[in-house]
Amino acid sequence: MSDKKKTTIVLFSGDYDKAMAAYIIANGAAAYDHEVTIFHTFWGLNALRKENQIPLKKGFLEKMFGKMMPRGADKMGLSKMNYLGMGPKMIKHVMKKHNAMTLPQLVEMAQEQNVKMIACTMTMDLLGLQQEELLDGIDYAGVAAYIGDAEQGNVNLFI
Amino acid sequence: MEVKKVLDAKGLACPMPIVKTKKTMEELNSGEILEVHATDKGAKSDLTAWAKSGGHELLKDTEEDNVLKFWIKKG
Repeated sequence: MSDKKKTTIVLFSGDYDKAMAAYIIANGAAAYDHEVTIFHTFWGLNALRKENQIPLKKGFLEKMFGKMMPRGADKMGLSKMNYLGMGPKMIKHVMKKHNAMTLPQLVEMAQEQNVKMIACTMTMDLLGLQQEELLDGIDYAGVAAYIGDAEQGNVNLFI
Repeated sequence: MEVKKVLDAKGLACPMPIVKTKKTMEELNSGEILEVHATDKGAKSDLTAWAKSGGHELLKDTEEDNVLKFWIKKG
């Protein structure tokens, strides 16, 4: 077992702003030389979706879910002041002005920093998401794998 | 004070100054000094805490024309 400290985050939310907070903390913890795990479940899985549509065999409900949910980090809405998509446009404009990293950039940076990104397989089934639709280089697991990391964790968050 | 490397993190927002500092610090040997320039107002608290946690020594920090400068000795 390594003597590195651990940060573990559950990303449940599919909101752009909340996911941004999760990924900023993850990147900060990685810079602190922590071993970082983000466990994506329910709407948080959308942060891992590829932007392009992947043709897959799916049932009717799974197809509907796939269409209704944001395809990728950049398409996510805000938890407050979304205004039918105007909110994200405005905040992205402001972020650019302040030179803040966008969510897709933060996700990429997390991968570069070897943050362990886990997709919850049970909720993937519920939402009809398949591995081919999610980013490459991520892990697939359930609650036990998360607890395995979290029980040795120093920082543990649910977002 | 002999500075081994200068990191320009001006204009970068949280968490980039700390991410870049960590990356640059990896290129240094123990005892060598890294100079960091930043404009993010949180950088002072961030870098102070980061250096302490990582076993590095924050030798000096200054603020001039809204540019924060730090000299960190690798632990």
